[in-house]
Amino acid sequence: MNARAEVAETDRAPGSHRSGRDRIQSYTLGLGLAVLLTAASFAASSSSFVWGPSIPVLLAVLAIAQMGVHLVFFLHISTAPDSTNNVLSLAFGVFVVGLVIFGSMIIMSNLNHNMLPMDQLMDMQRQR
Amino acid sequence: MNTIVDVASAEMSTGVPLSERGPAPARVVAAFGFWLFLLSDIIIFSALFAAYAVLGGQTNGGPSAIELFDKRQVVLETGCLLASSFTCGMMMIATDRREAALTYLWALVTAALGIVFLCLEFSEFARMVHQGAGPTRSAFLSAFFTLVGTHGAHVTAGIAWLTIMTAQVGTLGFRPMVIRRIVCFSLFWHALDIVWIGVFTVVYLGAYS
Amino acid sequence: MFGKLTMEAIPINQPIPLATVCVLIVGIVGILTIVTWKGWWPYLWREWITSTDHKRIGVMYVILALVMLLRGFADAIMMRAQLALAAGHAAGYLPPEHYNQIFSAHGTIMIFFVGMAFVIGLMNFVLPLQLGVRDVAFPVLNSVGFWLTAAGVLLVNVSLGVGEFARTGWLAYPPLSEVAYSPGVGVDYYLWSLQISGLGTLLSGINLTTTILKLRAPGMSYGRMPVFCWTALAANLLIIAAFPILTATFAMLLLDRYLGFHFFTNDGGGNPMMYINLIWGWGHPEVYILVLPAFGVFSEVIATFSGKPLFGYRSMVMATMAICILSFMVWLHHFFTMGAGANVNAFFGIATMIIAVPTGVKVFNWLFTMYGGSIRFTAPVHWAIGFIVTFVIGGMTGVLMAIPPADFVLHNSLFLIAHFHNVIIGGVIFGAMAGYTYWFPKAFGFKLHEGLGKAVFWCWFVGFYLAFMPLYALGLMGATRRMQHYADPAWQPLMIVALGGAVIILIGILLTVVQLVVSIRSREQRRDLTGDPWNGRTLEWSISSPPPAWNFALLPTVGGPDTFWNLKRHPAPPGTAPALVSLVIPKHSALGFFVAFFAVILGFSLIWHIWWLAIVGLLGAIAVSLRHAWQAELEDSVSVATIADHERAHQSQVARS
Repeated sequence: MNARAEVAETDRAPGSHRSGRDRIQSYTLGLGLAVLLTAASFAASSSSFVWGPSIPVLLAVLAIAQMGVHLVFFLHISTAPDSTNNVLSLAFGVFVVGLVIFGSMIIMSNLNHNMLPMDQLMDMQRQR
Repeated sequence: MNTIVDVASAEMSTGVPLSERGPAPARVVAAFGFWLFLLSDIIIFSALFAAYAVLGGQTNGGPSAIELFDKRQVVLETGCLLASSFTCGMMMIATDRREAALTYLWALVTAALGIVFLCLEFSEFARMVHQGAGPTRSAFLSAFFTLVGTHGAHVTAGIAWLTIMTAQVGTLGFRPMVIRRIVCFSLFWHALDIVWIGVFTVVYLGAYS
Repeated sequence: MFGKLTMEAIPINQPIPLATVCVLIVGIVGILTIVTWKGWWPYLWREWITSTDHKRIGVMYVILALVMLLRGFADAIMMRAQLALAAGHAAGYLPPEHYNQIFSAHGTIMIFFVGMAFVIGLMNFVLPLQLGVRDVAFPVLNSVGFWLTAAGVLLVNVSLGVGEFARTGWLAYPPLSEVAYSPGVGVDYYLWSLQISGLGTLLSGINLTTTILKLRAPGMSYGRMPVFCWTALAANLLIIAAFPILTATFAMLLLDRYLGFHFFTNDGGGNPMMYINLIWGWGHPEVYILVLPAFGVFSEVIATFSGKPLFGYRSMVMATMAICILSFMVWLHHFFTMGAGANVNAFFGIATMIIAVPTGVKVFNWLFTMYGGSIRFTAPVHWAIGFIVTFVIGGMTGVLMAIPPADFVLHNSLFLIAHFHNVIIGGVIFGAMAGYTYWFPKAFGFKLHEGLGKAVFWCWFVGFYLAFMPLYALGLMGATRRMQHYADPAWQPLMIVALGGAVIILIGILLTVVQLVVSIRSREQRRDLTGDPWNGRTLEWSISSPPPAWNFALLPTVGGPDTFWNLKRHPAPPGTAPALVSLVIPKHSALGFFVAFFAVILGFSLIWHIWWLAIVGLLGAIAVSLRHAWQAELEDSVSVATIADHERAHQSQVARS
């Protein structure tokens, strides 16, 4: 007997075991939310509703929210046990992304503050 | 792909924790492996974002972001990608239902939206180069072209991949191997839209605030 | 037509590279001739080159690592000899332009093509066996990953005979590595070779992580996995998270060099410090990728040869995952002196000291495992004890340099060189050699010669201390790294001692070759008939040596940790095992070999600016991949009869011994 069993029941990616209509709803709701969040971002960046200095924070929040919408509604990330590995890997990835971007920004701003810019350094070298 | 589900382990799958059920089915394995690849790709983008954040102010006396970017074009590009994510989802549903005609239709719409996105982006790049604001002008422009260009290169690769998958559906049918690959493609396509959220927020909207 | 490539690329006026290349060509042609004459090509092609079997691929990685150890070590001996001679007014025998290529090649080869290849090879071979499954998650991709690594190796070695290598050190810092200051092809060889092999490494990371998380025998929950699997998981997660940073950073440097971008240039607003920041964001996790699997090897070896379960399984796992996370939070300690300021330096200095704690936990767990055990002092245990002593010393000098004020004195001195060789040799190399000796019988069906194995260890151990302890002293005396000669003749005696140490290590490496030859010739006396030569604890010892292609006829059902050990204590009653069934195993595939072939063409032509050939390489790689995409039959069937025959033969061998 060949053991390459028919794995229709268990052979599913996370989140794909819902009915067709549920899934169309999920994508439509996701699209709607994403459109709203995108419109809000564009509006916020060019309006005077929001206090100027807080606009970058607002944009960041809206962007993260929209990424969440994509993850949940399009990529079907959930808290179900078959999704746990995905969630943990994602968390690790987000951790590294945060370190790379914010770590680099903090370090480089400290370095730039303390060190001469390259072109001034080169001028110093040439003047010797 | 050779995940073997033995008779013995299939009997174990009820009431047993997921971590003890033995080797996972091929579709789960493929999707998870591709998920890990996507995370690695996103970390590549994070290094490019970091470079953009650090070098974004270095205009070398040349044009800066706010002088170069066209908001309406960005709105259009964003709309295209977002819509294509939705149509990709529809394609995935059609594939799961084994409906070939609908699969081709949604694939075509997704690819078309991607191509519109690429044309818009290419015209933006061409305009900037023509204005003397090419990637060799300053560190800011090098970072901009690399970050946005890498995203565009991924979109291009995605459209090529989608074309190949459509051809595979046509020639090989909806066998498990083909469906696994379409699942991977849709993960890829959605991830690209997630990266784009970062791009339009940090690069384009960031220039205006 | 040929871009920048001219006949001048061949180093006819440089005797050492020329002689080396001639010897290499003679050797390679000789091997190819013998293989052809003996008619081994069909066997090699089917069973090894196109193999998708993780065991074969693992062995090929290790062979690659050992061969590249010879090249990397040749560089090391040349450097030590130069420094033993070039004191005061003496010039030594290596001109600076040549010396700079040697230390750059030495570092690049040792880290990427010896260290990484060795640990990836061991993980590849062992993981599915310890997890109780038939292969890794993506067998064809496994082959692709190996061959891409081999492609990188080939490009680096081609640079010896055609062109030059980078003169920038193994990390190629800008602005020196920018086209303004390194206009030749050396840096391009470095960059393309590592981009190609980096892709292979990333594929391996994805493959092995998916295997550990999604493919384990029934009943093997995370808490029942061997500790080697946990350390492998941590290392592969680090590969997935860190290698993309390397890829992106090298891509930015390549854009600077090829298209005139300004990421890291002196002009145009570029910032070379950003390269250093990003590259060490990769570089620090990289050293943990190298050492974590070595820690895993030692956990297995110490537990097995102490006859006791590993002490503190849960704290080992937590320490491993803590190291995984913390390894991303210390990277600035590689450039304390670059000027980030006291606050930033303080954060990273403290983080670096914190990361020593989980490693300390592991050391204590190993010691407590040995305490009260009945220890068999086999060669792997020699490596383990040598590791504990040596790695602890190296770790301590690392914590010393974690203090920024101390590092301001010691940065880029020979003290630093001594520290990282201390931890890499004491940790990674000793772990690789222990793993090599420990799992050799499983791979080939016979043990290595034990006496020669211990001799190899003592040569490495004594040689290491002689070679590197003087360097700690020299660093404190003010000697810097990467220097081709030095003014103070008082340093020369220590340099000569260091050369002596290097020669002793060389003897150890040669003895490794001798050990292999002797063991092969006398293999019948050292046959592993039972599959369990060491009275092991984990599942890989429950099958024959070497295992069949399908590993396990029936996937084992796991009830607790140290499954095989418990099975030996409480064997299942005869006749209760389920019936055998026919299986599928992955077909062999030429995809890996051909993708790598076109990758070499692509890399070489990009290095030499032969654009039409680069397009050929790219299109070739795409074409081969498309052909594979349409391959519908990816698996072979194994009949019940074949499996039953193998099982019967194995059982009768076990009964006989």
